[in-house]
Amino acid sequence: MSNYIHLRKGLDIPIEGKAEARISKTIVPDIVAVKPTDFRGVTPKLLVKEGDTVKAGTALFKDKLRPEILFVSPCSGTVEAIVRGEKRKLLEIRVKADKETEYEKFPVLEANASREQIVDHLLKGGMWPVLKQRPYGTIPNINDVPRDIFISAFNSAPLAADLSFVLKDEIDNIQAGIDVLSKLTSGKIHVSLNADEEAATPFRNLKGVVFHTFKGMHPAGNAGVQIHHIAPVRKGETVWTVDMHLLAVLGNFVKTGICKMEKTVAVTGPRALNASYVRMPFGSCVSGLSEMFDKSNGHIRVISGNVLTGEKIAEDGFLGFFDNQITALEEGDKYEMLGWAKVVRPKKFSFSHSYFSWMCPKKRYDMDTNINGGVRAFVVSDVYSKVLPMDLYPVYLIKACLAQDIDKMEKFGIYEVIEEDLALCEYVCPSKIEIQEILSGGINLMLKEMA
Amino acid sequence: MNGLRNYIDKIKPNFEKGGKFGFLHSTFDAFESFLYVPNTVTAKGSHVRDCVDLKRIMIIVVLALVPSLLFGIWNVGYQHNLAIGGDWGFWRMVGYGILQVLPLYLVSYIVGLGIEFISAQIRGHEVNEGYLVSGMIIPLIVPIDVPLWMLALAVAFAVILGKEVFGGTGMNIWNPALLCRAFLFFSYPSKMSGDTVWVAGLGKGEGIVDGFSGATPLSYATGAQTNVADTLNSVGYSLWDMFAGWIPGSVGETSKIAILIGAVILIWAGIASWKVMLSSVAGALFVGFLGNLIGGTPYLELPAYYHLVMGGFAFGTVFMATDPVTSAQTEAGKWIYGFLIGALTVTVRLFNPGYAEGMMLAILLMNTFAPLIDHYVIDFSISRRNKRIKSLNY
Repeated sequence: MSNYIHLRKGLDIPIEGKAEARISKTIVPDIVAVKPTDFRGVTPKLLVKEGDTVKAGTALFKDKLRPEILFVSPCSGTVEAIVRGEKRKLLEIRVKADKETEYEKFPVLEANASREQIVDHLLKGGMWPVLKQRPYGTIPNINDVPRDIFISAFNSAPLAADLSFVLKDEIDNIQAGIDVLSKLTSGKIHVSLNADEEAATPFRNLKGVVFHTFKGMHPAGNAGVQIHHIAPVRKGETVWTVDMHLLAVLGNFVKTGICKMEKTVAVTGPRALNASYVRMPFGSCVSGLSEMFDKSNGHIRVISGNVLTGEKIAEDGFLGFFDNQITALEEGDKYEMLGWAKVVRPKKFSFSHSYFSWMCPKKRYDMDTNINGGVRAFVVSDVYSKVLPMDLYPVYLIKACLAQDIDKMEKFGIYEVIEEDLALCEYVCPSKIEIQEILSGGINLMLKEMA
Repeated sequence: MNGLRNYIDKIKPNFEKGGKFGFLHSTFDAFESFLYVPNTVTAKGSHVRDCVDLKRIMIIVVLALVPSLLFGIWNVGYQHNLAIGGDWGFWRMVGYGILQVLPLYLVSYIVGLGIEFISAQIRGHEVNEGYLVSGMIIPLIVPIDVPLWMLALAVAFAVILGKEVFGGTGMNIWNPALLCRAFLFFSYPSKMSGDTVWVAGLGKGEGIVDGFSGATPLSYATGAQTNVADTLNSVGYSLWDMFAGWIPGSVGETSKIAILIGAVILIWAGIASWKVMLSSVAGALFVGFLGNLIGGTPYLELPAYYHLVMGGFAFGTVFMATDPVTSAQTEAGKWIYGFLIGALTVTVRLFNPGYAEGMMLAILLMNTFAPLIDHYVIDFSISRRNKRIKSLNY
């Protein structure tokens, strides 16, 4: 098939703690939170106050600039706290959850609904924010008609949840989601499968989509990389991407009219005990998982998401909206004597051949969060493109972001990448440069200047 | 070992902002991070990081230079022994070599690192490891008898004007070690060229056996009136001698075997680009063959492969053309950059009687043009990709 794409660049970081393919428990959380910071470019405007009772599907806040876009509560209960940070920035809206979830009832979408009706329906049910637009990875404008919609059917990030396992019973919902989304685009819906599981994956049975098959290491599962190889984003175009998990929720909403915002989350990492899958509502507090974190060996870091792009959260923090993975690993806040000079460091992994870990390709490592060096200027320039299977010049793009040069950012491909696509470049960087942070700065500048 | 760590932790507050020695913060940090990989954890972005850092990369390069250094030390003693007609044993030669080479290293590192520390201090940066490599290379590419004050001046010039004014390691345009050599070459030509500077003690002329010239193969080749290969053979520089390295020359450049060991280390570790090395060799052979085709003078008729083993070509190709900061950074650019270095080197050798060796000038010139090469390579690649995307018409 001509849609088979083999990516030879990339890296699967060999970190310990892959989740076993079983659902070990279901969490009924005491508190859930919605974090406005999960959504790029959204200025939240509260619609509730502390003490209000809400149902699953009741809007908690909206976007100030695009007030049609609502963000809803994932479960029913009472608004317990509104947490703000510096400069009164809204960080979390915490809802104390009821024992039994009550759902806001929305009408079921009619089969022959028009585009406007569909958009309106998704907005009201808080389903619009599941869509991401490229360029920039923001929530799309409601009037934009995307050229195409891209869905990745596998996640290649370190220890990522196996979507074929997690979503095997959700195919009907996903199909319903695809049927609705296909009315919103002028182009096609592209679904990218993993070549290694192509024959077995349940996503094979989806209808009304164009399949592509990707073979390769991370970031082969990133939508950005897939778009780059299927049909790149040109200046002035927008395409959408949607996470398979969220598509299932959206599909279920379209079918039933209720916001059943639950997901199966992989609890992973070197400091996760019995790494496996856990069923929980969106925004669940991870304190319910505390017996799955191994704190016997110093203090740990809990990440909502994977080790490359996830967000550090407290041990009683909350799962991010787009995340379907929790990673626990050790904080690396210790010194290592002459570590850089040791001939071999058997407990550390390096992509570079200056260590010998490349000789044990099967080994998995108990990685920690030590930065393993000090911050320097760019010195080694050719290591980055070895882990980026895109026809781009990452160092030039990052330098353009640093220089805040919009023309150059455009030229070097700012429309085609978001942070997750360059995360591996940051991982391998011997100069320890905060590449994702710099790219965020660049994207934010583009959003401001091109608005 | 914990005692040392405790001691460092005890004195550390003195060196932090506001402490008694707060102005020495960068220096303290440099020594501390030399002894211990710091306990810094990731704050943003990727939560885990590869365990490679610049210290590791630089130490591998230093390691790759060690064979050249060891051979160079021995060869300094060996050449001196030849010059005085002595009958020294192996260890005496090595001992003499160490006495000659060590001062060069002391000057190179004390002056260079001193300036690095001071400028890091002024800027409040961490001290960058880049000079570990430059400081290792500089003594290997200068004549053994270079006066130490000249070397100190040249190192200072290279580090300050070649690197620090641009913002330090990673920001420089030219290879600092070569800049140091160029400074010496143009400021003090009498100490940097001619036949008598390449063997220790020869310049003073005392106790030298009659007929020992100390000239390098390149100067024989430039001045040869008849077949160059025969001339070289007649003075005792066979192809094998030049490959093995028991000939006069800069300290580290003579042994191609030692340099090849270094090349293998660098390529294996993925630090130096084999593309630059290969294309530089190709460029040298290309112009060498052109010379063979044109013919006319004995030098032009010298088989092209001789250029690979003469002078500083091999050392420059392996250790200096491949400097990741100053070389071309795009993959296609590396081929062009390397090829032109090789080609220019041999062009200077063959067609410019003023300079016996062209490697230094070729690399510095191509350092200057590397950003331009990259610019066009990227422009070409982007416009080609845009055309392809346009033609897809999805």
